[in-house]
Amino acid sequence: MLRRTFLGTAAMALALALTGGVHAASHSDKVKVGFVYVGPVGDGGWTYEHDKGRQAVEAEFGDKVETVFVESVPEGPDAERVMTQMALDGAKLIFTTSFGYMDPTINVAKKFPDVKFEHATGYKTAPNVGTYSARFYEGRAVQGTIAGRMTESNIIGYIGSYPIPEVIRGINSAYIHAKKVNPDVEFKIVWAFTWFDPAKEADAARTLIEQGADVILQHTDSTAPQAAAEAAGNVYTFGQASDMAEFAPKPRISSIIDNWAPYYIKQVKAVMDGTWKSEMTWDGIGPGMVGIGEITDAVPAEVKAEALALKDSIASGAYHPFTGPLKKQDGSDWLAEGETADDRTLAGMNFYVEGLTGDIPQ
Amino acid sequence: MDLSAINPVLLVASLIVAAVPFLLAAIGELVAEKSGMLNLGVEGMMITGAICGFAAAVQSGSPLTGFLAAAAGGAALSLLYAFLTLATLANQVASGLALTLFGLGLSSKLGRGYVGIKPPASATLDIPVLSDLPVVGRILFSHDVMVYFSFALVAAVWAFLKYTRAGLILRAVGENHDAAHALGYKVKLIRLMAIAFGGACAGLGGAYISLIRVPQWTEGMTAGAGWIALALVVFASWKPWRVLLGAWLFGGVTVLQLNLQAAGIAIPVEYLSISPYLITILVLVVMSADRSRAPASLGRIFHASQ
Repeated sequence: MLRRTFLGTAAMALALALTGGVHAASHSDKVKVGFVYVGPVGDGGWTYEHDKGRQAVEAEFGDKVETVFVESVPEGPDAERVMTQMALDGAKLIFTTSFGYMDPTINVAKKFPDVKFEHATGYKTAPNVGTYSARFYEGRAVQGTIAGRMTESNIIGYIGSYPIPEVIRGINSAYIHAKKVNPDVEFKIVWAFTWFDPAKEADAARTLIEQGADVILQHTDSTAPQAAAEAAGNVYTFGQASDMAEFAPKPRISSIIDNWAPYYIKQVKAVMDGTWKSEMTWDGIGPGMVGIGEITDAVPAEVKAEALALKDSIASGAYHPFTGPLKKQDGSDWLAEGETADDRTLAGMNFYVEGLTGDIPQ
Repeated sequence: MDLSAINPVLLVASLIVAAVPFLLAAIGELVAEKSGMLNLGVEGMMITGAICGFAAAVQSGSPLTGFLAAAAGGAALSLLYAFLTLATLANQVASGLALTLFGLGLSSKLGRGYVGIKPPASATLDIPVLSDLPVVGRILFSHDVMVYFSFALVAAVWAFLKYTRAGLILRAVGENHDAAHALGYKVKLIRLMAIAFGGACAGLGGAYISLIRVPQWTEGMTAGAGWIALALVVFASWKPWRVLLGAWLFGGVTVLQLNLQAAGIAIPVEYLSISPYLITILVLVVMSADRSRAPASLGRIFHASQ
């Protein structure tokens, strides 16, 4: 008896679900937009900023749009499953917001030619896959300048996530500009091999501090290194991906803020109007995709002015953070005097510049 | 490459701190497993303890209240497991896994309002003369209270299991629950208490991460520590002191590999990153080559009629 009622209920639920599904599909005036996140929306960093972008899309288009997101999706087969599910559920545009989603995005996009995909920080495109990224290295140049001025031990610690071009660009850019203002500066780099693991990030920060670093730069997503620096006392940090203002004015003395909202709104609009096409967008400080968080009073006024001047010259296009003369780590020439790096080299950057020690994990 | 940048004293001091969450969670799980209950929900109980402790510490302003709440939170969640396995006789493995998933979801729900808040600082125990001693002072006498509490807990569990009558009964229940039942011991009650103790310890371990080691709340912040603790119990052959050794080894190699990286040593980082797992497993496998076995009734369902 019990089983029969159960089966009956299940069948009814299934029927409801089916009709419900058809119902939703027939309402095509609402554009469904999916977001795949690598961390939790409450990470206070990378994913938090993407989710702010999603909320901005909802605020902009109101009931003309429906957004769905899945958080903490591992980079691998799981990602493919999540994207497929979103596409089957009727999403017209899917943002996949981590480098490791690159191949899954391309694979799923092949199966759903009518769905548009936008992959963050990658380099593979398809007719229905575009990529977008921010020129974080422009922000890193500003950070490097401040870091080089602020360090007293001349040791700057850097917490890397994965050895991918985006992270390596950041390290190179920060190093070049720290070295420019402080020739004695030395970088100690720790690879965490994770985007998000607060305990590990805290340990990495603590290790760097124990080895003499008094400025910590991070390319991981949680605020744990900020807390570790605060506990240690005389250590300066920078907010990563998000402002992390709760740690201002010290240890957090500035930050790189990702501002995805304008881009997300623009692309959703393009899908609504039917004008979307596959592009590789790579914007920096100038168009506002990369923001520099407030430089706090812990930084001397002249250093702050110097950093802001650098920011302005990058924003106006007058200065490129990778301007020669620059050599690679092995001493071979890379850029001649006055030459600037082209986007192709930057997009695939897999080498350190001269002066950095250690090897990039392969 | 510059090994002189690594300060051995700081290294040992930080390995002791890094080992505490694993140690607390593993010693609790050890007691639960000694009573015959395989609770795979350690990760879920840890993360629940982490947020309960964090929330209570923020609300009350006292880290001690936080730790008490963490123990209560972990124990409360473990009672769910106890209900499933002891009352409804559900499969222990499945119930434990479900507990982990439930705990992760519950904690992120509870933690919604606590992102980006700083918890009250926990005082380190500065013993006037002792902590000023060279080397030993920094290594042994300058930690927070929870570090000493975790040592004391290991010693207490060891003494309890080995020397007390209650410990003997607990082990008897874990070895042969039918015989223990025949002798008139309340198998379910004893197991219930062991499970709750395991949950409380896991909760404390989680709170140690959210209140002292990181210290802040972020979703999923235990990042697999519960699974490490589970593995430590097995590799330590259900012996309290070996759990301590395993936790130090794991914590030690974790801290050491970060230090080696920062010192720019020329070992590929991938090998350094997997080394904590490999070395801990290797050492404990070698050590567990003696005849100690898992409690005979571990994972088996008990029903008085059988």
